[in-house]
Amino acid sequence: MGMTMVEKILARATGQAAVKAGDVVEPKVDLAMSHENAALVLNQFLEIYKDTGLEAKVWDPSKIAIIFDHRVPAESSKTATNQKKVREFVAAQGIAKFHDIRGDEGGICHQILPENGYVRPGYVVVGTDSHTTSHGALGAFAFGIGATEMASVWALGSVLNVEVPGTIKVVARGKFPKHVLPKDFILHLIGKISAEGANFKVIEYHGEAFEKMPTSGRLTVCNMSVEAGATSGIVPPDAETLRYLKEVAGVRETVAVFGPDPDAVYDQVIEIDVSKLEPQIACPHTVDNVKPIGEVAGKPIQQIVIGSCTNGRLDDIEVAAKILKGKKVARNVRMLVFPASGRIFREAMAKGYISTLMEAGALVANSGCGPCLGVHQGALGDGEAALSTTNRNFKGRMGNPNAEVYLCSPAVAAASALTGVITDPRKGG
Amino acid sequence: MAKVVLKLGDDISTDIIYPGRFMATVLPTETPQYAFADHAEFNARLKKGEIPPGSVIVAGKNFGCGSSREQAASCLKGPDLVVAAKHFARIFLQNSINLGLRTVICPDLEAEEGDELEITADKVINKTSGKSFDIVPLPKARQAIIDAGGLIPYTRQRVLAGKK
Repeated sequence: MGMTMVEKILARATGQAAVKAGDVVEPKVDLAMSHENAALVLNQFLEIYKDTGLEAKVWDPSKIAIIFDHRVPAESSKTATNQKKVREFVAAQGIAKFHDIRGDEGGICHQILPENGYVRPGYVVVGTDSHTTSHGALGAFAFGIGATEMASVWALGSVLNVEVPGTIKVVARGKFPKHVLPKDFILHLIGKISAEGANFKVIEYHGEAFEKMPTSGRLTVCNMSVEAGATSGIVPPDAETLRYLKEVAGVRETVAVFGPDPDAVYDQVIEIDVSKLEPQIACPHTVDNVKPIGEVAGKPIQQIVIGSCTNGRLDDIEVAAKILKGKKVARNVRMLVFPASGRIFREAMAKGYISTLMEAGALVANSGCGPCLGVHQGALGDGEAALSTTNRNFKGRMGNPNAEVYLCSPAVAAASALTGVITDPRKGG
Repeated sequence: MAKVVLKLGDDISTDIIYPGRFMATVLPTETPQYAFADHAEFNARLKKGEIPPGSVIVAGKNFGCGSSREQAASCLKGPDLVVAAKHFARIFLQNSINLGLRTVICPDLEAEEGDELEITADKVINKTSGKSFDIVPLPKARQAIIDAGGLIPYTRQRVLAGKK
C-alpha cells in the first residue's frame, strides 16, 4: 500500500519500511523549536531530572532552535527575566540555533527557520508554537506541541507516542487572479471545511496553483492549516523548494526531494479552482467565519496590521507597497507593519518598500509577533475593529475582548488602509 | 459527584481560556490567577476559592483550539478543575494529558450550570436530569503517560532507564 508524505517521513524517522495512519510511533526529531516559552520548557526540563542524580543535558544542542519573537524587545521585567534565563540556558547547553533580539539575525521563528536553512524536506520538526505547521511548506512534517512535551523532546530526542495522522489531499487547480493571494486560498479552505475539519489530520497540498506558488505563499498556507484543526500542512518538495533552499537559505549540500506514493491512501480529496476565488475575509470571532469580500466591504476599520508569521514576508510587503505608493493611509486608520525578520526588513528597505509605506503613513515596527496575539504592541480600544494579515481573530486576540479582528491578505489590508473601510483591492483604490 | 460551574459553547480558544497578554507568566504555580481572565465573574470566583476541586467546566466542540500555550491547561489544572467537552483540539488535549488535567470527551453531553454530574470510567451521569452519556476514551497512544501520572514522571522513568 502506498504512503502519503507524512507516512513516508514517519517511516524514515522511526527506522521502519512503512507506517500507516493510526500506527503509534516515536519519531526521532530533526529540529526542536521554541520561542520565549523556552522559559517554561526549561523549567519542565529541569523538573524531569530533579532528584534523579543525572545531569540535565539536552539530547543534541545542534537540533534545538530558540528564537525570541513574541515579546521583543521585552515589554515587562517578567519577560526580560525569562529571556535572560533562556540566554543562560542556551550558553550552558551550547545551543547553536539561537536567535536573540537583533537586527541582523533576529525575527519571527517561522521565518528564521526557513530563511536559515534549518528545515529540510523529510524532517520531523516540532515547535512549542501552534503555527509550527508552517514548515510543511518545505516538505517537512512539522507540528506544534506544548512546553512539557518539548521538555521531553529535549531529554529524549524523540516525540513520544505519536499517532500517525490520516491525510486530506487538497488539489488546487488553475491560476490565481490578480490581487487574489495564497492567503485567500487558505481562508477559503478553512471556511469550507471549518475550524475542526482537519482535526488530527495532515493536509497535503497539490495542483497547478501550488506548483507555481513560491515558498513564501506555501508558508502562508501551511501556517494557517492549523486553523482548520490540522496537525500539519505539507507541500511535496519540488524544484521551487530546492531553489528556495539554495538561493534564499544558502544551503550548499545536496537535498533529496520526494513525493507521496502514487497509490497513497487519503481520507478525503478536496478540489479547489483558484481561478474562481475572490479575496476572502475571516470575520469575528472564529477563523472559519469566512466570507467573500463583497459581503463585508465597507466595514469601518481603525487598525490595519501587515506582518506576522503568516504574511510578513518580502512579497507581502511588496504587495502593500505597490498599492500604497504615492498615496496616503486614511486619517481615521492606523496602519502597522511588522516585517517577519530582520533580513526581510533590510531587503524591504533596500527595495524602497519601507520608505514607500512610511511616506504613505504606515508605522513600520521591528520584526516580531507584534499585536497578533495581544501581548505586546498594537492593542485595540473598546469597540474598535482591526483588519489584519495575521492568523487568528478569536475574541480577545488583539489584546481586547471588546474589539473585533478581521483577517485578510496583504492586498486587501493595503487597499483598505487607503479608505479606512474594508476594500476590494481589485477595484482600484 | 461534581457540580457544573461553567457552561461554554463551541470553539473555546486558548485566547479565552488564558488570554495572550498574560503569557509572560509561565509557571504552573502562577497561571491559575489568569484562568478565563476576561470572564470576570468566573475568574473572581476561582480566585476567591469559591470553586471546589473537581468542579466541571462543560463545553462544546473543539475546546482549546488555537495556540499551543500550555498555560491554558496548567491554569485549570491548578484549581483541579475537570473539562468535559464534545471534543478537544489536539494540542490542548495533549497538554492536558501531559499535565494531568482531567479531560472528558463526551460528544452528546447535556448539562447546565448547577447540574450535579457523576463521571465514571465510561459515562457521564447527569444526576440532575437523570440522563447518562457515553465517554469516548482518550487516545490510546497516550495511555502510558496517563498511567505514569503525567509526562514529567513518564520521561523521568525513561531517562532513568537510559532508554534514550
